[in-house]
Amino acid sequence: MMTMEPLLSVRNLSVAFHQGGRTTTAVDGISFDIHKGEVLALVGESGSGKSVSANSILRLLPYPAASHPSGEILFKGVDLLKATDQQLRAVRGNDITMIFQEPMTSLNPLHSIEKQIGEILGLHQGLTGQAARGRILELLEQVGVRDAEKRLKAYPHELSGGQRQRVMIAMALANRPELLIADEPTTALDVTVQAQILQLLRDLKGQHGMSMLFITHDLGIVRKFADRVCVMTKGQIVETGPVEEVFTHPQHEYTRHLLAAEPRGEPPLADASKPVVMQGSDIRVWFPIKSGLMRKVVDHVKAVDGIDLTLRAGQTLGVVGESGSGKTTLGLALARLISSKGRISFVGRDIEAYSFTEMRPLRNQLQVVFQDPYGSLSPRMSVGDIVAEGLKVHEHGLTAGERDQRVCWALEEVGLDPLTRWRFPHEFSGGQRQRIAIARAMVLKPRFVMLDEPTSALDMSVQAQVVDLLRDLQRKHDLAYLFISHDLRVVKALANDLIVMRFGKVVEQGTAADVFRDPQHDYTRALLAAAFDIEAVPTAVIAH
Amino acid sequence: MDTPIADPAVIAVTPPRRGLLSPPNLRRWENFKANRRGYWSFWLFMLLFVLSMGAEFIANDRPIVASYKGEILFPVFVNYPEDKFGGFLAQTDYRSSFITDEINAHGWMLWPPIRYSYQTVNSNIPRSAPTPPFWLMSKDERCAAYPQKAADPECRLGNLNWLGTDDQARDVMARMIYGFRISVLFGLALTICSAIVGVTAGAVQGYFGGWTDLLLQRFIEIWSSMPVLYILLIIAAILPPGFFVLLGIMLLFSWVGFVGIVRAEFLRARNFEYVRAARALGVNNRTIMVRHLLPNAMVATLTFLPFILSGSITTLTSLDFLGFGMPPGSPSLGEMISQGKSNLQAPWLGLTAFFTMSIMLSLLIFVGEAVRDAFDPRKTFR
Repeated sequence: MMTMEPLLSVRNLSVAFHQGGRTTTAVDGISFDIHKGEVLALVGESGSGKSVSANSILRLLPYPAASHPSGEILFKGVDLLKATDQQLRAVRGNDITMIFQEPMTSLNPLHSIEKQIGEILGLHQGLTGQAARGRILELLEQVGVRDAEKRLKAYPHELSGGQRQRVMIAMALANRPELLIADEPTTALDVTVQAQILQLLRDLKGQHGMSMLFITHDLGIVRKFADRVCVMTKGQIVETGPVEEVFTHPQHEYTRHLLAAEPRGEPPLADASKPVVMQGSDIRVWFPIKSGLMRKVVDHVKAVDGIDLTLRAGQTLGVVGESGSGKTTLGLALARLISSKGRISFVGRDIEAYSFTEMRPLRNQLQVVFQDPYGSLSPRMSVGDIVAEGLKVHEHGLTAGERDQRVCWALEEVGLDPLTRWRFPHEFSGGQRQRIAIARAMVLKPRFVMLDEPTSALDMSVQAQVVDLLRDLQRKHDLAYLFISHDLRVVKALANDLIVMRFGKVVEQGTAADVFRDPQHDYTRALLAAAFDIEAVPTAVIAH
Repeated sequence: MDTPIADPAVIAVTPPRRGLLSPPNLRRWENFKANRRGYWSFWLFMLLFVLSMGAEFIANDRPIVASYKGEILFPVFVNYPEDKFGGFLAQTDYRSSFITDEINAHGWMLWPPIRYSYQTVNSNIPRSAPTPPFWLMSKDERCAAYPQKAADPECRLGNLNWLGTDDQARDVMARMIYGFRISVLFGLALTICSAIVGVTAGAVQGYFGGWTDLLLQRFIEIWSSMPVLYILLIIAAILPPGFFVLLGIMLLFSWVGFVGIVRAEFLRARNFEYVRAARALGVNNRTIMVRHLLPNAMVATLTFLPFILSGSITTLTSLDFLGFGMPPGSPSLGEMISQGKSNLQAPWLGLTAFFTMSIMLSLLIFVGEAVRDAFDPRKTFR
């Protein structure tokens, strides 16, 4: 196996962080090798130390708060941990380059695309002026940015997320690196764009013969993309091996746990005899575009443009689409959190014209669970106060003791120990926080819950648990869910009806089973291919 | 849906005892303590502040406790008419030898360490006022004005002017202590009032946005572009001077300082998911603002407070210096500076005022820096 010297060899690497007199070990003695032309995937859930490991290769951690108690990182025989700053700068951006997770923030918003890429070329190759421009154009074409010539002068905010990530890749490839470190490069992107970016990386790897360290939490990508895989948890690598072997014969318990973590189960059966809880017809949310001196309305951004839907008790309507398709706006309009046009009928009442005060008595039956469990809980309130807040608004008759009882009941419903109600949100993990957010909705005993991407900020195994929880609650209390998500795997496990949205309009609508089995529209097919097989489709279908 | 019943055993458990501070505040307190200079400045300032609050017990022209004919009297708190001791004035002048002898003959007196209040005129000054601190004169000279010269029992430490007298023969030490107190109290009152007004205005602007924000913001721009000091001078010349009139006038302009940061904080936080979640629960605007948004803005506000406090003190002092501040006779550091300016031959006036001001302001700035560090989430101390 070891026929040649590995390109990068990490030996017994540890990373420790000091804060407030305490030392936490984030990475604990990991070792791995990357050979030339190889893709090594580092998988693990959030907090497993995979990003920290990757960042320490180029010494990008916040030193001196971070330190390496042990280990060496040999790149072509040189220990990068002991290299001088000058040696290290020669390696960074030249021999080893990195792509980060957030294309929104990893480009400098004040520099044009040409300047950003040109900087790297000038720094390491001394290319400037026309020569640099030629190379930049070549790179942009290589990474599939169309109309590269016109894009040179563009600023990051003028590009979409996928295009920005392409620019990042162009920057990473500018100096023909031998090793590319990709830290969750597609996590922030839509599934269809993700598939394209992965396709691009695979093509580029083939052309240049470079090696890659690919960090991800998505096992689907690993299986499709990597040669070898290292499974990380709690700062340690628990299993290493060729992808096929690890996936078919996982040795370690944690690997098996990860592999079994896909959301499973069957959605509720459609039942036309159940009472209608929420009905909307021709719902439109148009944001005016104003221009000129008198702020005249010249046009509208049609975020939601004429959508009809019916939702019955005990059933789930899934709304899927890419970011910007208007699915969250639709949910907010139904919950009457933004103004909209068109009839909205909730438990037999037409609520589209209700004011905030008129809506208040209905709010307890109409609840919302938001996407980000870190943002949706007030950091300065205890869990008990957070869950009890709705009760204070809607059920004035309750004594403090009764309220406490209801809070305990709600926490038990979502599988949390009622004793946790005196603790604060920062003491909980992402999955537990999402349970708290669900408890906050459940304590009011709602009939309709809008779930806005409730699982997308969570790790895979936690996603599965939350999906199971939601389904149990639905069965028990006959809840109607509006489930908004871009993750088709989760939707498949929960929704019995489906709306596929694009540019504020319905592309395809029907029972989930039908849509998944026999998608009618090209766009739906593209989404399904990207989500389940990570296959890129011709850009004509998904590009604007 | 059936009635929710949770396990009663669980409910019976009382909440665990938490420390006085929630974890983030505990971390801030640790950070604050880690800034040694700011931490010690804080305690030193608090010590000076608490001491100056009891100024009547440190520097006063009345005894703290006196015993007269078997009766325990508290002249610090109670105005006893002089006929109680055989005199005729409406208020007893305990410093006059007649009263002193009378009380000492029928009991005793406990005096504060400094036997002057801020308005007490020393009638036994050895030279023409302003007189220098006693330690700049020989024992014979400093007691020259007393009937029995150096042998006079009244020529004692409490009756000597530790920091000299001003040009009206009033004790500088006593005026400094009372002046410090009134400066800090004025600064605190102004800071707290402008924080309340400013935070409210900023909160309303940031939370409601739109036209509310636009109109108020334009108003603030006009308001804050006024030449504040000149307007203060004009108003102070019309209205009778006094603590609360000055406070009111300065409040008119000082609240603007808070609006910017609070407004920005509310604008940012009003779209946070937990605020949206509260709105989805049907919580009303005022509750959302107070319970969910205000804590965010408080961090920025608290960071600002010590600096506003020192600014308020400086403004009061400069008004006093110009003669538009507190009414004549009040103990004020600004007035002391102006006396120092017109009596350059008496440097103890200017120096006392200078050191009081600079120590007070430096302490506040050091505390302010430590507070700023403590609230900075990126700052870590070992």
